Amino acid sequence: MPGASSLLTPRGWAWFLGLGAALVIGVPLLNALPSAGSALQLPDYLVPLLGKYLCYALLALSLDLIWGYAGILSLGHGAFFALGGYAMGMYLMRQIGTRGVYANAELPDFMVFLNWKALPWYWWGFDHFAFAALMVVLVPGVLALVFGWFAFRSRVTGVYLSIITQALTYALWLAFFRNDMGLGGNNGLTDFKDVFGFDLHAASTRRGLYIASVIALGLGYLACRFIVASKLGRLLLALRDAESRVRFLGYRVDHAKLFVFTVSAVLAGIAGALYVPQVGIINPSEFSTANSIEIAIWVAVGGRGTLLGAIIGAVAINFAKSWLTGSLPEAWLFVLGALFVLVTLAFPKGILGVTGQLRGLRGRGAPPAPVPGEEGAP
Amino acid sequence: MFRCVLSALVALLLLPSLAAAADLKQLVDQLGADDFAAKIQAVQDIGALGDGRAVAVLRSLNDGALYVTADHRVVLAQPEGDHFKTFDPLDGTPLGEAAADALDKVLVNNRLRGAIDAALGSLTLVGGRLQDRLSAAQEALKHPAADGGAALEKALAAEKDPQVRAAFALALAAARVGSGSREQRLAAVAELAQSSDPQVRSVLTQQRDAADLDPELRRAIDAALSAVEGRLKLIGFAVTLFEGLSLGSILLLAAIGLAITFGVMGIINMAHGEMIMLGAYSTFVVQQLFRAFLPPQWIDGYLLAAVPVAFLATAAVGIALERGIIRFLYGRPLETMLATWGVSLVLQQLVRSIFGATNQEVANPSWMTGGFTLIGGATFTRNRIVILIFCFAVLGALALLLRRTTLGLHMRAVTQNRDMSAAMGIATARVDALTFGLGSGIAGMAGVALSQIGNVSPNLGQIYIVDSFMVVVFGGVGSLLGTLAGAMSLGIVNKLLEPVAGAVLGKVVVLVAIILFIQKRPRGLFALKGRAAES
Repeated sequence: MPGASSLLTPRGWAWFLGLGAALVIGVPLLNALPSAGSALQLPDYLVPLLGKYLCYALLALSLDLIWGYAGILSLGHGAFFALGGYAMGMYLMRQIGTRGVYANAELPDFMVFLNWKALPWYWWGFDHFAFAALMVVLVPGVLALVFGWFAFRSRVTGVYLSIITQALTYALWLAFFRNDMGLGGNNGLTDFKDVFGFDLHAASTRRGLYIASVIALGLGYLACRFIVASKLGRLLLALRDAESRVRFLGYRVDHAKLFVFTVSAVLAGIAGALYVPQVGIINPSEFSTANSIEIAIWVAVGGRGTLLGAIIGAVAINFAKSWLTGSLPEAWLFVLGALFVLVTLAFPKGILGVTGQLRGLRGRGAPPAPVPGEEGAP
Repeated sequence: MFRCVLSALVALLLLPSLAAAADLKQLVDQLGADDFAAKIQAVQDIGALGDGRAVAVLRSLNDGALYVTADHRVVLAQPEGDHFKTFDPLDGTPLGEAAADALDKVLVNNRLRGAIDAALGSLTLVGGRLQDRLSAAQEALKHPAADGGAALEKALAAEKDPQVRAAFALALAAARVGSGSREQRLAAVAELAQSSDPQVRSVLTQQRDAADLDPELRRAIDAALSAVEGRLKLIGFAVTLFEGLSLGSILLLAAIGLAITFGVMGIINMAHGEMIMLGAYSTFVVQQLFRAFLPPQWIDGYLLAAVPVAFLATAAVGIALERGIIRFLYGRPLETMLATWGVSLVLQQLVRSIFGATNQEVANPSWMTGGFTLIGGATFTRNRIVILIFCFAVLGALALLLRRTTLGLHMRAVTQNRDMSAAMGIATARVDALTFGLGSGIAGMAGVALSQIGNVSPNLGQIYIVDSFMVVVFGGVGSLLGTLAGAMSLGIVNKLLEPVAGAVLGKVVVLVAIILFIQKRPRGLFALKGRAAES
């Protein structure tokens, strides 16, 4: 792998900064400058949509970090995303103040509706953004730390780990549906008004949130890149391919896995926090097991263990989803299902691996290199 | 003189307090009175009269079918177009027709309904049908008569049926607890203490809370209450246990196929839930075919026909899935998971496109409807009992197949050591396909069972998939015994937690408990030992 020891090659930096600048400056300019209705103008609804894709990309990136590099396929990553989203949603709920339907300064609408008298303790502090931001990082991070500590310490690996992460998100899904949870039950948190005093429905606020998403994705990419390029990154690759051997060499495999798992959960939480103000709602469906499995297919389509592939996969599939559910709603599940099958069968290295696969076929007719991420036969 | 007596008689007849002497017909006409107090009085008098013909009248009154004519007579009326056909409420002889505005409906309120129930109870105690007498006895138990149950005593003396006699005796004891001498009351309490009817508990509680109670009587009632409550708790526990076993049998049916495919082939089949769904839809199709092409008296047999149909259909889909996709992914379990998840999405959408997204109606055959009511109101529904039996039949057949047939031998050999089996000449690829077909077919049979207790919709499989994984992971991979233990303990724990924590929270607790359990025993309750377990 060229440049494995440095963060990015000079060419990589040029690409990274160029693309980042284009996204940060170009899209908002195209949205703001041309007069409305002109062919050059980027319609207002597209800006939060692009922002949403970028949040998904950050989420996919976080999964690629653990799946592609450490062989941990989490089928519950949507849970960390949703927890970050709920933390952000709670802050936005507190910002509504007296503008709710019941105009209650103390309680959010749904609590008034449920006849609650006082704000539950876990809502305290969410009036302040700094506290909410801390929770966005802390809640998914601590959950991942505790969960991972239990799981990795007792060497739960492979499909077992996938299944219990799925059970984790399923349990949270059931729990968040309850009204007693004090987080809006089935309806979740919605009807947000503004963030930092800016109207959430204004085009300028949306541009701001979009730019924040680009920057978060860029920083997230650099962080992941930093981890995989470091010595720890080499260790992760090694334990992905032969965990027992690495353990016998004297490395604390569980610590290394716990570290990336927690970092990954924090990244997912941040993605969720940026996602919520742009779509305007967070509800328990984000915890559904189907959502979490879908994240894995974004990564697989883009190309596992490449970081860049996760971003490409997330954006491409979600773009296709928006387009297909609009024009051919019946077909979307067929397409998604076929993608799952096709990618695993024919393109195990994803979009980024296709060129390599083709070159390999043309060159010597040799089979493609073994797929990373599996630890031998079951 | 004679005229004088006659007029006095007429005056007497019109006095409601002397209704016992009055003609039933006259009392019925009094039901048309304007105020409710008079109506209630009339109903009570009718009840006291003890004339069996009054039952029909009171029932029509309850149903709101009685009307008052312009000349203050009460009739039974049925709307027909814009006018009414009227009948005599007592014997049902047609009286002709009346315009809608010539009739006033006899209104009923809740107090009047209570009076009607009580009157119907005393009327049906004697001479009603068996079911009527039983429900009259239950009604009498619910509202013990203040007069110490004179009517019940008479009814008990006349009664022959043992079941009804027991019910009467219980109601009589309940009536006597509240009145009579101390000895009589103590005897009644002693009799009630033998019962395990939830109603007895409230009768006793009521009596205990009464003021100026004899201390000895209070002690006796307390002792009786604790005896009754103890038995009720036991019955409640038995019901919970049955519900747990029933849930466990459903989980077992759903998980057993998964245990086979996972155990033998190391494959996590995310489309397993959709195999269950396909089985349920096969049942639906078989039912529709029976309805369309076979004589109606055969319809009850559709379920028997659905079992092999569902098995074969889903087994065929499973084999196709194995040959078409999964065999290229052996040794890559995580990717098999994703590919089969894709298949599950396609199958769901396919079924949704063919049958529509709404629930399909699958009827219980008549031999599966209803249930057995035991003492204390505990009901065991028949469909759940049949499913419990079916589940064990499937498990037994599977165990036989694995232990006694060549295919089973090959399957076990491949599970233990794939390479060595291949070297010994076992066609492992064929065994894989058949194993996968078998696992899918069992899922299809689970679908037949599930169609009998829940909705048949394209999402059916999704409901059970996480639970079946939990069962397999909890019980241990590749062990039928483990799957059985896992399913049953999960089912029972779930049902035990439900009353304490609520259905949803109980489930969350179980999931968390499993997640913690896996830490302790990462390979399940009944883990495979030896070399095979390490790979």
